[in-house]
Amino acid sequence: MEYTILILILPFLSFLILGLAGMRMKNGLAGTIGTASLAGVALLSYLTAFNYFTGGRTAEGIYPTLMPYNFEWLPFTTNLHIDMGIMLDPISVMMLVVISTVSLMVHIYSFGYMKGEKGFQRYYAFLSLFTMSMLGLVVATNIFQMYVFWELVGVSSYLLIGFYYTKKEAIAASKKAFIVTRFADLGFLIGILIYGYYAGTFSFTPVAGALVAAGAMIPLALGLMFIGGAGKSAMFPLHIWLPDAMEGPTPVSALIHAATMVVAGVYLVARMFPLFIGYAPEVLHWTAYIGAFTAFYAASVACAQSDIKRVLAFSTISQIGFMIVALGVCTSMNPHEGGLGYMASMFHLFTHAMFKALLFLGAGCIIHAVHSNEMSAMGGLHKYMPVTHWTFLIACLAISGIWPFSGFFSKDEILTACFQFSPAMGWIMTGIAAMTAFYMFRLYYCIFWNGEWKGRSHGSGQDTHIPHESPLTMTFPLMFLAAITCVAGFIPFGNLISSNGEAYTIHLDMQVATTSILIAIASIALATWMYAGKRQPAADYLARTFPRLHTAAYHRFYMDEIWLFVTRKIIFRCISTPIAWWDRHVIDQFFNFTAWGAHATADEIRDMQSGNVQQYSIWFLAGALILTLVLLI
Amino acid sequence: MMFAGIYGFFTRRNLLAMLISVELILNSVDINFAVFNRYLFPGELEGFFFALFAIGVSAAETAVAIAIIINIYRNVRNIQVKNLNEMKN
Repeated sequence: MEYTILILILPFLSFLILGLAGMRMKNGLAGTIGTASLAGVALLSYLTAFNYFTGGRTAEGIYPTLMPYNFEWLPFTTNLHIDMGIMLDPISVMMLVVISTVSLMVHIYSFGYMKGEKGFQRYYAFLSLFTMSMLGLVVATNIFQMYVFWELVGVSSYLLIGFYYTKKEAIAASKKAFIVTRFADLGFLIGILIYGYYAGTFSFTPVAGALVAAGAMIPLALGLMFIGGAGKSAMFPLHIWLPDAMEGPTPVSALIHAATMVVAGVYLVARMFPLFIGYAPEVLHWTAYIGAFTAFYAASVACAQSDIKRVLAFSTISQIGFMIVALGVCTSMNPHEGGLGYMASMFHLFTHAMFKALLFLGAGCIIHAVHSNEMSAMGGLHKYMPVTHWTFLIACLAISGIWPFSGFFSKDEILTACFQFSPAMGWIMTGIAAMTAFYMFRLYYCIFWNGEWKGRSHGSGQDTHIPHESPLTMTFPLMFLAAITCVAGFIPFGNLISSNGEAYTIHLDMQVATTSILIAIASIALATWMYAGKRQPAADYLARTFPRLHTAAYHRFYMDEIWLFVTRKIIFRCISTPIAWWDRHVIDQFFNFTAWGAHATADEIRDMQSGNVQQYSIWFLAGALILTLVLLI
Repeated sequence: MMFAGIYGFFTRRNLLAMLISVELILNSVDINFAVFNRYLFPGELEGFFFALFAIGVSAAETAVAIAIIINIYRNVRNIQVKNLNEMKN
């Protein structure tokens, strides 16, 4: 497995080449370098996955944890040191496959989408950097290496969101994303430090004795780590950066804000899962409540948004909520007794990455054709963009949980796990799944049906611009991801990944499956009734009847305003302003005073430094005489 | 003689005159060494040798001082102390 190091080196090299020499390259060459290195990474990842999962299990019936590379980077004490290396276990191998697949598709897609853009080479360089850091994050051998790559992911996401750096909104969005996630990462760092102090190691498998002795500190550390994860995974109330991050180019949204970076938090919880189960099950359940609330909140906001990328962004937040819930409802390591959620969460991560990337790329095609993000500018597009239409429909069916698409299988496992935890949780999540189906099909109908194509209604009146299907570089990734979405549900996922590593055969809970599928179909029917036609009397009536609710949902329940209030009015005014006053008037003034004192003293005595040697010697003689007198008397 | 030298060092404004005054101070010290050695420790020679060393050192010092003064004269065309303010400010 020594070749796995290439998975990290290839994108890094491509980043260096494109970053240093990209400006002298033609666009096509730069794109080809980036895509070729990613193709290499994808092939190596598939090879790794194949070799790993066919490599056989250990005597206990689990897949072994391999570390082809692990060298000591920063030693603190004999026990506590930061290592850098590559760790292969079922979830990291699965993540390798997910990241490299989606990233490769995004690279190919960007050929068409970013064609002729200024900064094409820079774009590919950033994509390579992002892919490298994300891959480094998932193969991290210890929590600190994970943190290092975690921050790299944050900064490359910042660069990509702010790609259109002449656009004011993009700059604001990139700053917001960076500051919010960085703020959450503070919790992560403190958690790591507490963990390192009490467990005496940064590795994922500490000595049990140290953890037991640490008592309540380990749950605290894990809770703080979850705050970091919640920031990256856009959990309520740290989700505010994700909808704004849609200002970046659409393929970037597909790569970062749908498939890879935002699931880093889920991956983190999954990585620390044995510790959560062993030492902090309450914290784990709290994550489930947060995840459930986030899922509900985001789903309700998604129903009222009019920007198609924002609908997808909120749907992403909601789906990540599902994954977190699935991890949070676990009560033991055994998948047969309450540990099912772990497998369900990873399964949903896998399938969601594929169909959500597909949705975003499809949205990119639509935006490319219509030149607008607003639903009002769309409608009736199914005639003009058949490939986009069909693949988008497949993804919508998958996310709604319709058999036989992949989302059905993974969502069903999550719901089963929730029902095992408590019926209330199960019904809540089923309800949110119904909302998912509703808003996804609202989106689908508003884009593709909703009467005939009416031309662009805003701008300079009716123009004759006819939307057209995208070039093959853009439709090929759609078809590829749609194919995966169709078959991914039949992967025997439980055999590969489960909470205790033993093979677990997925069996559908017929009751849960029937309920969820019926509810999903009902929601789709409702969406069809409300949004498929040319006019939308029911939707308009609802919006008129509950104007407050509709406006609040449209403004995302004013979470951004609340944050602004908290930061501007409370933190800035009550904490920052007094600190700034203290800094300016006490600390600065103290140093100003010492400087002024030295200056004034120097002014007084400068006349003595005349440069006249004779004067000095008079002073010298006078001093000598005085000393002599003193000594004599 | 020593105080004559000190007085001259304080009051003269000419570098050469100041140098001569310094030489006066040194010579007075040399005489003191010789005389006090003769009266306090007759038969011993440390004081004389010290005076000899002082004469040698003062000769070297005079050579350096003369060289500096000549260089100053070349640059400033003057050896009055009040004109040597180029390094100030």
